[in-house]
Amino acid sequence: MGIASEVVDHGRVIYARAYVRLKGLIREPHWSIAEVIIPMLSISAYIYMYQVLNAPNEFLGFVIIGGAMLSFWSNVLWGMSSQFYWEKETGTLELYMVAPISRMAVLIGMALGGIINTTIRAISILAIGTLLFPIHFVVGDLSALIIIFVLAVVALYGMGILFASLFLLYGREATHMADLLQEPIYVLSGMYYPVLSSRFFPSAIKFLATAIPLTLGIDGIRQLVILGGDFNSVIPHMVGLAILALLLLPFSYLALRKMEDISKKEGRLTLRWQ
Amino acid sequence: MYAVETNSLSRLFKAKGKPIVALNKVDLNINYGEILGLLGANGAGKTTFVKILATLLLPSEGEASVYGFDVTKQAKHVRKVINLVSGGETPGYGILTVKENLWFFSQLYGLSNNLAKERAGQLIHDMELEEYVDTRMHKLSTGFKQRLNLARGFINDPKVLFLDEPTLGLDIINARHIRKYVKDWVRSDKSRAVLLTTHYMAEAEEICDRIAIIYNGSIVACETPQTLKASMEKSTVVRIEAKNSSSTLSFEGISGVIASSVDSNSNGITKIKVVLDNESRIPDLVSHLANNGCKIISINTSEPSLEDVYIKYIGRGISTDGHSK
Repeated sequence: MGIASEVVDHGRVIYARAYVRLKGLIREPHWSIAEVIIPMLSISAYIYMYQVLNAPNEFLGFVIIGGAMLSFWSNVLWGMSSQFYWEKETGTLELYMVAPISRMAVLIGMALGGIINTTIRAISILAIGTLLFPIHFVVGDLSALIIIFVLAVVALYGMGILFASLFLLYGREATHMADLLQEPIYVLSGMYYPVLSSRFFPSAIKFLATAIPLTLGIDGIRQLVILGGDFNSVIPHMVGLAILALLLLPFSYLALRKMEDISKKEGRLTLRWQ
Repeated sequence: MYAVETNSLSRLFKAKGKPIVALNKVDLNINYGEILGLLGANGAGKTTFVKILATLLLPSEGEASVYGFDVTKQAKHVRKVINLVSGGETPGYGILTVKENLWFFSQLYGLSNNLAKERAGQLIHDMELEEYVDTRMHKLSTGFKQRLNLARGFINDPKVLFLDEPTLGLDIINARHIRKYVKDWVRSDKSRAVLLTTHYMAEAEEICDRIAIIYNGSIVACETPQTLKASMEKSTVVRIEAKNSSSTLSFEGISGVIASSVDSNSNGITKIKVVLDNESRIPDLVSHLANNGCKIISINTSEPSLEDVYIKYIGRGISTDGHSK
C-alpha cells in the first residue's frame, strides 16, 4: 500500500472519529449549553471579586480569557485523556484495536472534534463575558493571536494524546488521575490571574508553569488582546509553545505504541475489571 | 494452509503474584469454509484464545496465524482480514444512528463512501434493521443492538470472523436469525472461516462443522458433532427423579459410569443424570441408589446429546450462565 493510500485511510479515521464528536454537539446541545453556563458562574464570581477589590479593569479580561481557555483544558482532560478508559468500559476500544488503523489517527480525530466543539464553547464564553461585563478586547495583531492560539491548542491536545496513551494502561485510576491533574493546572496556568508576570510566584514555579501549554497560551492571548502587546512581545510564548508541541506530539506517539504493547503483554487492553 | 492455525499456544496471567494458566499448549486449526465451535464454561480459556487470534493479547508461548499471517509479528495484516463480534457488547456510539454507526466502522477499514454505503445498506437489509436505520443506537433493544453488532462485524467483509458468544442474552428469534446468517455467510464463500465460542450446546451443534471442547485452557476434544456423539454410541443417558437423596450422592465405584450430575430442588426431589457406557448397567445403578436410601419416582433413558459428550470430557455440565455445574 502506498503512502498516499495510507494518508487517505488515516484521514478517513480522523474524520470519522471527529464526526462522532460533532454529532454529539448537534444532538445533545444541552451539554454544550451547560459547559458554557457552568464556567460562566465561576468566571462571574471572580469578576465580582475583582470589582469588589477595585482591581484594575484588565483583570476582568484576564478572567474571561482564562475561563475561555480553560474549556480546552477540561476537554483535554475529560474528553481526551480519559477517553480510552471510557472506550474500554463501553467495549468500543476493542473494536478500534482489532481494526487495521493507526491509534494515533483515532486520537487525532478525537482531538479535532474536541477542538471544534470547544472553540465554539470558548467563543460563547468570550461573547457572553463581553456582553455581561465592562470588558474591552483590542486585537492588535491578529496573525500573532492566531499563531498563539493554534500553537497552544496543538500543544495542549498533544498533552491530551500523551495522557490518553498513559491512561490506556490504567483502568479506574484514569479518572482519579484526571481529577488529580485538574486543580494543579488551574493554579499553575493562571486561569484567573497572571502567573508569568506576577511578583508573587517564585521563579521555579513560573518555570514549571511554562511546561503547561495552557499557561503560555493564556498569557500570550492576554498580552495581545488586553495589554496591547504586539507580535514581538509574544515571540517567547510562540517559541515555548512550538517547543512543547514538537516535544509532546512525537513523545505521545511513542508513548501510545509503548502502552499498547505493554497492555497487550499484560492483558490489560480490554479487561474491565482492573 | 489453514484459515487459523495455532501451535502450542499458551497464555499465562498473573493474579496476586501467582501464575494462572489461561491457555495451555493449544493446537487447533480451522479450515477454510469451516465454522469451528469452541465450547467451554466461563473461565475455560475461550475468550483468551479469541483475543490472541484477534491481536488484542500477546501469547506467552507458542504461535498462531490467521489467514497465513502471524498474529504477533504481522498483526496489522491479520487485522485487515478479521473482525470480532462479542455478545453483550455495545456495537458503537449511542449518539449515532444505525446507519451512521455502520458508516463509522467502515471508515476504520478504509472503505470508500460509496462502498461503505452499499455494504451498510446490504447489511441493514440482511439483519432486518431497515425500520431502525435512522434510530440512534442507544434506543435499540438488546436483540437489535446485537444485530447491529453483527452487521458491524461484516462491514469489512472479513475472511475470518471471531464470534465470542454472539447470542449471549438474546431471545430465540434473534439468536436463530444470527445463527442462520453466520451459517449462510460461511457456506456462500469457501475462503471464509468462523470461530464461534459459546456455552450453548444447541448453538454449537446447529451451526458448527467441528466442535472443540476447552477445559482449563486445554483442548480436550475436537471433532464433528456427529463424531463426538458417535463416540458415545453405545452409551445411554439415564434420568432419574428420586426422593431422600443427597446432593453429595456419589457414583464412584459403580462400573460403567461415564459422567453424572445430581441436582436437588426445594421440593425434596433430586434429579439425577447418569451417563452409562451400556444400558445393561442400569440395574446396578438402581441398586446403588436404593442402597443409598433413595426412593426412585421415575426413570427414563435417552440417547446421548452433545451436552452428554461435554459432560463426559469435563465431568460436569454448563449452566445457562456459562458456569460449570
